[in-house]
Amino acid sequence: MSKLIVTPQTARFDAPLTLKSGAVLPSYELVYETYGTLNADKSNAVLVCHALSGNHHVAGYHSEHDKRPGWWDNMIGPGKPIDTGRFFVIGLNNLGGCHGSTGPSSINQHTGKPFGASFPVVTVEDWVETQARLADLLGIRQFAAIVGGSLGGMQVLQWSVNHPDRLRHALVIAAAPKLTAQNIAFNDVARQAILTDPDFHGGDYYAHGVVPRRGLRIARMLGHITYLSDDVMGEKFGRLLRSGAYNFGYEVEFEIESYLRYQGDKFADSFDANTYLLMTKALDYFDPSHHHQHSHLSETMQAARARFLVISFSTDWRFSPARSREIVKALLDNNLDVSYAEITAAHGHDAFLMEDPHYHNLVRTYMERVAGEGEAA
Amino acid sequence: MVNETVRHDFATIAAWVKPGSRVLDLGCGDGTLLKYLMDARQAHGYGVDIKDANILACVRKGLNVIQNDLDSGLSGFEAASFDYVILSQTLQAMKHIEQVIGEMLRVGKEAIVAFPNFGYWRHRVQVLQGHMPVSTNLPYQWHDTPNIHLCTLKDFEAFCATHGIRILQRVVMDGEREIGFLPNIRGSVAAYRIERG
Repeated sequence: MSKLIVTPQTARFDAPLTLKSGAVLPSYELVYETYGTLNADKSNAVLVCHALSGNHHVAGYHSEHDKRPGWWDNMIGPGKPIDTGRFFVIGLNNLGGCHGSTGPSSINQHTGKPFGASFPVVTVEDWVETQARLADLLGIRQFAAIVGGSLGGMQVLQWSVNHPDRLRHALVIAAAPKLTAQNIAFNDVARQAILTDPDFHGGDYYAHGVVPRRGLRIARMLGHITYLSDDVMGEKFGRLLRSGAYNFGYEVEFEIESYLRYQGDKFADSFDANTYLLMTKALDYFDPSHHHQHSHLSETMQAARARFLVISFSTDWRFSPARSREIVKALLDNNLDVSYAEITAAHGHDAFLMEDPHYHNLVRTYMERVAGEGEAA
Repeated sequence: MVNETVRHDFATIAAWVKPGSRVLDLGCGDGTLLKYLMDARQAHGYGVDIKDANILACVRKGLNVIQNDLDSGLSGFEAASFDYVILSQTLQAMKHIEQVIGEMLRVGKEAIVAFPNFGYWRHRVQVLQGHMPVSTNLPYQWHDTPNIHLCTLKDFEAFCATHGIRILQRVVMDGEREIGFLPNIRGSVAAYRIERG
């Protein structure tokens, strides 16, 4: 089968955007990709929201020679669980990102220099607002479904509350209704690694021709530990030594060290530290019940109208199944349609990106129903 | 479409469910009963099951289904949030009967329980012949059965009496026949509608 080739596009927005923080962005750009064809009544659109380190390149390849497909290519594409033969799928890079959408590393047109530290903090609600504007631009009034894992799932949840009539189905995968203290703590250690890197320069490292590589690398290493389960780490690396013997020093000895450093290096080469700070902060702030008197999710979800599929993974301890069950309970309390599956998977939080037959079958089956509804209507 | 192979206890249960009710079907399996209740009684329902294959089957039918281990309780469900909580042909495989029934009557205004009657005459004959019973409603061999808490009608009714549970209605069946006379011997399946006394 020939490769699915996609070309990123850029949408420019000149209407000022007032962020949750009160800051105003006079204009901004969002880079996005689309897969499949929007049908005549524009009812088959599916929005994919990305997680911490994701971007608009969700599926397919950028050229025939491109070796690495989009980050959720096992889920999205022709004949895949989210079938681009039936759905018009949209992936975008969130505001504040570092893959083409306006973010800290973009040039501020007023100064001619990168925004750096002056780029405002954005929240999940801000993202949802910008995504809604992108939908307006593409003429999509209502999505057939909005899908996301982890931080992406939180955006889906926020969508269902802020724009209840603009999505028919919400697929909330490996998410949580808000972070726990432990989760915020992990994020803060990651941020501290970046903020205390001598090359950070208060966020304006671009002008100094350096990047806070060490900090970003440690932040990613820490993140990776929390995305995997103890079991899968033990199974994959155990106490394996690269040279088979102790060297009594501080160089790489254990395979797990080698893996984490490799992941850290790879990430530090391709991701912007300011964006990482901003994304983790958006995670920390996320709490759709924040405005409600009792901070009660059930009250918040009263606004929702979508039908939900909530999925968690048995060994995910960053966003454990219990967190997904909190979401399910809030939906049940409001008599909303919801199905919930806890997938038995070894890979911890990362499992949502892995190819698992049952998980993929479930999403495929659910999306077939979604497509069927559209065709019947 | 009317499903001609609808199990007879399903029809009994459906007859008890008031149209438009909110129902929770515990151990819903592939969702056949729930789908029937939605179609025949316009129920708004959720199934609960532990098996992956059953979750998939329910999603395929367009049903709401929650993956949950019934033996760990129903903590994800609010008190009195359902008109009926149904447990059809699952009771006998549960570990903690008191807890399950207690949870059903907490979450549901009423509960409906259907189970195979261990006191059915064919079962009694097999035990007298020296064997664990195997029948249409108890299709397993002793060594591969998931059933760990089999009971007779008398046992269940005694359980209700000692646990402050009021029996609102009972239907005993053998195949498609309703059994009135000597139900604990002639009935192979029983369904009860109960509430907290």
